[in-house]
Amino acid sequence: MLIIKDLKAAINGKQILKGISLEVKAGEIHAIMGPNGSGKSTLAGVLAGREFAEVTEGTVTYLGKNLFDMAPEDRSKEGIFLGFQYPIEIPGVSMVNFMKTAYNEHRRHKGLEPISASDFLKLMREKKELVEIDSKLTNRSVNEGFSGGEKKKNEIFQMAILEPRLAILDETDSGLDIDALRIVANGVNKLKRPDNAAIVITHYQRLLDYIVPDVVHVLYDGRIVKTAGKELALELEEKGYEWIKEHV
Amino acid sequence: MAKDQDKIIGDVTTGEYKYGFYSDIEMEQISKGLNEDIIRTISEKKNEPEWLLDFRLKAFRHWQTMKMPEWANLKIPRIDYQDIIYYSAPKKKKSPESLDDIDPELKKTFDKLGIPLEEQKHLAGVAVDAVMDSVSVKTTFRETLAESGIIFCSFSDAVREYPELVKRYLGTVVPYTDNFFASLNSAVFSDGSFCYIPKGIKCPMELSTYFRINASNTGQFERTLLVADEESYVSYLEGCTAPMRDENQLHAAIVEIIAENNAEVKYSTVQNWYPGDKDGKGGIFNFVTKRGLCRGENSKISWTQVETGSAITWKYPSCILKGDNSTGEFYSVAVTNNFQQADTGTKMIHIGKNTKSTIISKGISAGHGQNSYRGLVKVLKNATGARNFSQCDSLLLGDKCGAHTFPYLEVDNQAAIVEHEATTSKIGEDQIFYCNQRGISTEDAVGLIVNGYAREVINKLPMEFAVEAQKLLQISLEGSVG
Repeated sequence: MLIIKDLKAAINGKQILKGISLEVKAGEIHAIMGPNGSGKSTLAGVLAGREFAEVTEGTVTYLGKNLFDMAPEDRSKEGIFLGFQYPIEIPGVSMVNFMKTAYNEHRRHKGLEPISASDFLKLMREKKELVEIDSKLTNRSVNEGFSGGEKKKNEIFQMAILEPRLAILDETDSGLDIDALRIVANGVNKLKRPDNAAIVITHYQRLLDYIVPDVVHVLYDGRIVKTAGKELALELEEKGYEWIKEHV
Repeated sequence: MAKDQDKIIGDVTTGEYKYGFYSDIEMEQISKGLNEDIIRTISEKKNEPEWLLDFRLKAFRHWQTMKMPEWANLKIPRIDYQDIIYYSAPKKKKSPESLDDIDPELKKTFDKLGIPLEEQKHLAGVAVDAVMDSVSVKTTFRETLAESGIIFCSFSDAVREYPELVKRYLGTVVPYTDNFFASLNSAVFSDGSFCYIPKGIKCPMELSTYFRINASNTGQFERTLLVADEESYVSYLEGCTAPMRDENQLHAAIVEIIAENNAEVKYSTVQNWYPGDKDGKGGIFNFVTKRGLCRGENSKISWTQVETGSAITWKYPSCILKGDNSTGEFYSVAVTNNFQQADTGTKMIHIGKNTKSTIISKGISAGHGQNSYRGLVKVLKNATGARNFSQCDSLLLGDKCGAHTFPYLEVDNQAAIVEHEATTSKIGEDQIFYCNQRGISTEDAVGLIVNGYAREVINKLPMEFAVEAQKLLQISLEGSVG
């Protein structure tokens, strides 16, 4: 589904990603772990098409197409979803209006008619239950006045509505208490299907108690320095990132 | 991205102004220029009574002693007042008693603007006075409204049919000496709308005036006089458009509102005059004096304006809160794109006790647009218990535009409470990216964000116009991302 080859990217001339290669197949969950500043969020941003980083080398192929030929909104409509580490507030724009606009753009991309208001509200109700989001939240403006945990749940709720092929969750667990963490993880697990995939970016192992990855990568200083099965996360938790440094 | 943005900005600025067409209608015009003879000619054409001619001449003589105001944060090219045609009217075959007497070309024009002159075709519940250049061409639902005693007609008809009412109220809120443009209007105004809501009547439909400038080299000078008698209610709307031309055209209007005891007037404007092209060529100069007098106790006047058009806007819809417990409100969204300039705001004059006012102003600047909020809150000595809340927000799209805020406070009563909040923000790239990431294009994202920003004001418009205003906001800003 996603093939990254020797990807290098810089921010303001400073090399952040120094040659990353990995492949994500349908049905898989990949975890990317690493200390602060290792390039995790940069990688997520580059995949989603955020402009802050300049890709200097390498290729990314998504569903057989060159990802860098696609505008951010087209990547979204082709099924890439980024769960933001810091979700953005849009004052005055209701969640309903925002998500309905997005959902209809996705439908139009597939050649479908826009959804009716009543059908959309029904869809929202279903998805709200799925991710256990408070129904009041969806009546408010996008992320405005949401607590940290509410914002993260709201990301999972949006993911549930858009049903992406490839979800990239950027430190969705940071700042969550254990209940919120469980809700977020449940949401991800419930949305898992044989034909979609997820990249879960996290600093801590604890999220992986709830979302069991097929593959764990350790990112350090812009490179993937170790790749193994789910047991790697536990080893990392036990020995700390210092242990990784010794391997570099 | 930067390249994309430039392209998008480029696309927009050529963006279509949907109402820029010109209708070929046989016109009756007087010659260019401004002097007492011209004023007498206008008055004669309208068969006016002597007192009205006197009013005009007094205004003209006063105007001649005045200078164009220069305090606004606007760059106004010199205007040659002798180079303007002050009266231009579609030729009448006879007096249009029925629709059949109206030039079909005229009917077609208003159809194209979405303002059918046939009542049965109309949006249910909206009565329209349609003004083309210097005259009112048709007022719909006059008879229906008359059944409940409501007078809604062209200003000229009002002078003929209700001279006492006009005489009693004309110039009482905006005197002919008020300011340069008000004096000019008082001298040469050619038509407009008149409305009187009798005691105890809640007007059953929205009343509206649609202003259309069609002829070239002309100015439009109309007045609206709206009187809400005790315990009455009316919601009034105005819209306006003009053809695309390289020349600048002057629109200097006056709106006067009087609200008696317990009366409420809601006045909404969707201003979409031709704004000029992307290089700032052409467009309407919109220099308007709007003022409401809350004369009675517990009366209320509420202004809502969505200003997207005009090359230059100079406009301060105001409330004089004379009656005890009266309320004034001002809700405004003003957009300046390309080379548009706006200096707009309000005055809230608290005279009576326990008077309340609310000001919500949302400025949006894009391209090279310059947008100024200018507002005065004045609390007089005896206005014990007066309260004001003002909020002025500015949103910038791009780095070549400007937003300015000029709040003035004059408080002479110690017990008054006056609050002012102001913010300036830019549409964040992160907001746009967040929308992009959910599948929403940059243009749609800007529309969404801007409409969210303006929602508080848009919500004050009557439903069907709120939808129109949202579309208009989106069109006038399409792609101007910063």
